Amino acid sequence: MLRDITLGQYYRADSVLHRLDPRVKLVATFMFIISLFIVKNFIGYIIAALFLVTGIALSKVPPKFIFRGMKAIFFLLFITMLFNLFLTPGKELVSFWKITITYEGIKMAVMMAIRLVFLITGSSLMTLTTTPNNLTDGLESLLRPLKAIRVPVHEISMMMSIALRFIPILMEETDKIMKAQMARGADFESGSIIKRAKSLVPLLVPLFISAFRRANDLAMAMEARCYRGGDGRTKMKPLIYAKTDYMAYAAIVLYLVLIVVFGRILF
Amino acid sequence: MAIILDHVNYIYDEDTAMAHAALIDVCLNIPDGQFVGLIGHTGSGKSTLVQHLNGLEKPTSGCVFYDGKDINDSDYDKKSLRAKVGLVFQYPEHQLFETDCFKDVCFGPKNLGLPQKEIELRAYEALKQVGFDDEYFYQSPFDLSGGQKRRVAIAGVLAMKPEVLILDEPTAGLDPKGREDILNLISKLHQEMGITIILVSHSMDDVADYVQRIIVMNKGRVAFDGAPKEVFSHYKELEAIGLAAPQVTYVMQELKSAGFAVNTDATTLEEAKNEILKAFGKC
Repeated sequence: MLRDITLGQYYRADSVLHRLDPRVKLVATFMFIISLFIVKNFIGYIIAALFLVTGIALSKVPPKFIFRGMKAIFFLLFITMLFNLFLTPGKELVSFWKITITYEGIKMAVMMAIRLVFLITGSSLMTLTTTPNNLTDGLESLLRPLKAIRVPVHEISMMMSIALRFIPILMEETDKIMKAQMARGADFESGSIIKRAKSLVPLLVPLFISAFRRANDLAMAMEARCYRGGDGRTKMKPLIYAKTDYMAYAAIVLYLVLIVVFGRILF
Repeated sequence: MAIILDHVNYIYDEDTAMAHAALIDVCLNIPDGQFVGLIGHTGSGKSTLVQHLNGLEKPTSGCVFYDGKDINDSDYDKKSLRAKVGLVFQYPEHQLFETDCFKDVCFGPKNLGLPQKEIELRAYEALKQVGFDDEYFYQSPFDLSGGQKRRVAIAGVLAMKPEVLILDEPTAGLDPKGREDILNLISKLHQEMGITIILVSHSMDDVADYVQRIIVMNKGRVAFDGAPKEVFSHYKELEAIGLAAPQVTYVMQELKSAGFAVNTDATTLEEAKNEILKAFGKC
């Protein structure tokens, strides 16, 4: 059940997208997310969808795997749609009791849903094709200019890579603890909200204890290898752009131009 | 109350590139009161197999029967099944959570909806059965040693009065003394309570002295199934799949090939000693 959340999980495969420099993928994802919010009409979304579908096809990640992550945000999606549907003022379409549905409301709800779905899919695609280590390497290198204004870039990226690294481990552990407690008759799925919240105690206590223990062990292991922060630290595999990376940048620029022209200016 | 597995298959992460079969066509019949050793390498499917026995995992195909009923029927009461088929996981750290040991052991019977008195009685009995000292009853389970934690974890399942007790690598991470203590304890539980026990391990030496039957798993399949002597006689094949027979078997085989008239069936230290003494007495 917990395995369903794909965000932050790497899918091992050999594809163009997997081999791409993480910086390119980060920039692409960032641009993609921005593009979703500047688009004003459905033609723009069609272009975004094409971009996304191309990405998915290139990634060799089975679509089923990508959309599995969607289940987790379904509730959020539903609530967002409802609010937009009922609370947007505009030309009235249907009205009963105190609820009115407007033309603008429907448009907003659909757009919001598309945005959210694309946003999650896009960022899932990035984390599915990039190992956490690569991702934070890319982030560190992209944020390096901020060091001039004393932002602890290395520390932030190290924290992120540790956090990302631990997501699957803790997820697996949660699964095991759940099973161990279910074997003792614990019930996580039925009962009132209060009862269900209470039933999480036998899950959370062992999980927290194990997380603290792991953090402690990791700190020890890092210190044993003389870790002392980012100053003067070199990389075994420094990030170097290849030809495909420049091509990918070109594709991103092309995409942005198309989005701005068709999604905002022309229509 | 036999457990029957009928052509059970289980595939992890189906429909992804990571899909792999954890169980392939497993057929087993575990009768009441038997003491079974389930042996296999890491990743051989033994842990997955035991999770099928109390309905934590559902087979991709095939059926699991307990007491003549299919446990994966939609109207089967899984909660009461888990009380009858108790499963103790490998790491006690995965289940201990209460502020003191006694309360932790109460968790299982409490989930069964028993009256408070009965819950406490069962918890007390269970802790006594595993040989847990009274003085530690109200201590935090996190301050205990590995062996003691394991005892509390076993008591936590025993308190539900299971008819079948499954222990997943109960000796992992224990020192030799702690290992022997736990194994003796399990053996004692089997003798005194007459319940079915399935002991999962990757070490033949762990189980050879105690169990009545050994099931060897290899790459998701049942490789061998029989009495210890019978299984160990395949020691060459066992080696091929990366599992060794108990050291005693090797000693006896060596002695025999060196020309001594010993019976190679001896699997425990005690039997081997007698055999060797007998052989030398005849010399």
